[in-house]
Amino acid sequence: MTGLRPYRPTADGTHPSNDFAGYGSTALRHPKQPAVAIPQTLSEITGPVQGFERFGPVTTDLTAQGVAPAQGERIIVEGRVLDEDARPIGSTLVELWQANAAGRYAHPNDQHDAPLDPHFTGGGRAITDAEGRYRFVTIKPGAYPWRNHANAWRPAHLHFSLFGPSFLTRLITQMYFPGDPLLAHDPIYNSTPDPAARQRMVSSFDFDLTKPEWALGYRFDMVVRGRQATPMETSA
Amino acid sequence: MSGSTPFQTVGPFFHFGLAFDGSARLKGKGTRIVIEGTVTDGAGAVVPDALIETWQADAGGRYRHPEDERGPSDPSFDGFGRIATGKDGRFSLETIKPGPVPGPGNRLQAPHLLVGFFARGLLTRLVTRIYFDDEAGNDQDPILELVPGARAGTLVAKRIGDGRYRFDIALQGKDETVFFAV
Repeated sequence: MTGLRPYRPTADGTHPSNDFAGYGSTALRHPKQPAVAIPQTLSEITGPVQGFERFGPVTTDLTAQGVAPAQGERIIVEGRVLDEDARPIGSTLVELWQANAAGRYAHPNDQHDAPLDPHFTGGGRAITDAEGRYRFVTIKPGAYPWRNHANAWRPAHLHFSLFGPSFLTRLITQMYFPGDPLLAHDPIYNSTPDPAARQRMVSSFDFDLTKPEWALGYRFDMVVRGRQATPMETSA
Repeated sequence: MSGSTPFQTVGPFFHFGLAFDGSARLKGKGTRIVIEGTVTDGAGAVVPDALIETWQADAGGRYRHPEDERGPSDPSFDGFGRIATGKDGRFSLETIKPGPVPGPGNRLQAPHLLVGFFARGLLTRLVTRIYFDDEAGNDQDPILELVPGARAGTLVAKRIGDGRYRFDIALQGKDETVFFAV
């Protein structure tokens, strides 16, 4: 076998530390022992890159999953999945889940006193095209309270899940909306140490994406870990 | 060059976005096994809202991926599993026993599954591995040997019956599972 091409470390300050006091639920759940450093092997370099039809049908219009249209402000969310060298990641699965316009999830454990929308589940799936592009039509989610601290509110956000070309490029993140005053108060958003990295989770309003008389558009590119320039020593 | 998008927690409400039928029952050729266990936190309480993802080779030790250049893997085997813990913190995965796979320095890695672990209260993914206590190759495994001896046992599933293995995950405490930086 020729040498494997490893993935480079992500820049310090990009990803949060799991030991983050501002988010109370981390206290009993973050590992206390240091992570054991291991080399990247064929096991890590590979990962799920096909067979995504197993996950269920592609569902990119979350406003049309019920008998009637979903309630709330319709939006278009479009963007690309890229690696750190700006190479597009095509044919990869993008999973999305979110609260409804009132800030409530269609989940039995969400007991927030806000109405459910019987015509909105808030789950979607897309496969990127050759340019790494995905596109969803959905409802702008509402902010919602959580009990992390006194009067705590999550800013409006979409949850995104990505695979990329390797086990090492797996990413679960949240997309926020520009100008949201709750961002400054949100420990989850602010758990990312580097302010520039934090900003990469904020979508941009894009007039070119809007559809007149129909929906506003937000652009959100997602970037997964990039590769080292040179292969490893022969590994097998 | 641009920077990576940061990780954020999966939160408590991922189920309707990430669940799919059959994600905890992988089809494929080989010895069928069940891996089951319980996830606990630093207070010893069960974790009822964790998401466990697994990635593994087929029974012949081949990955379904273009960078495994040794030839095609079992076309009936996908290699990816996904299981949410239940209210009791338990999970169960039906799959096939993977074969040994190439590792660093022309050495074989003993049969193992990679695990990606997500939960409310975790801001990123944790990574660990599941090995099997009935595999002689564990003693020569180039990854297991990097783990301090007293803790290596947390990576080894115990055989508890015919084709059944137990693998508990402790996020903290004296039996804290070994997690990897890779």
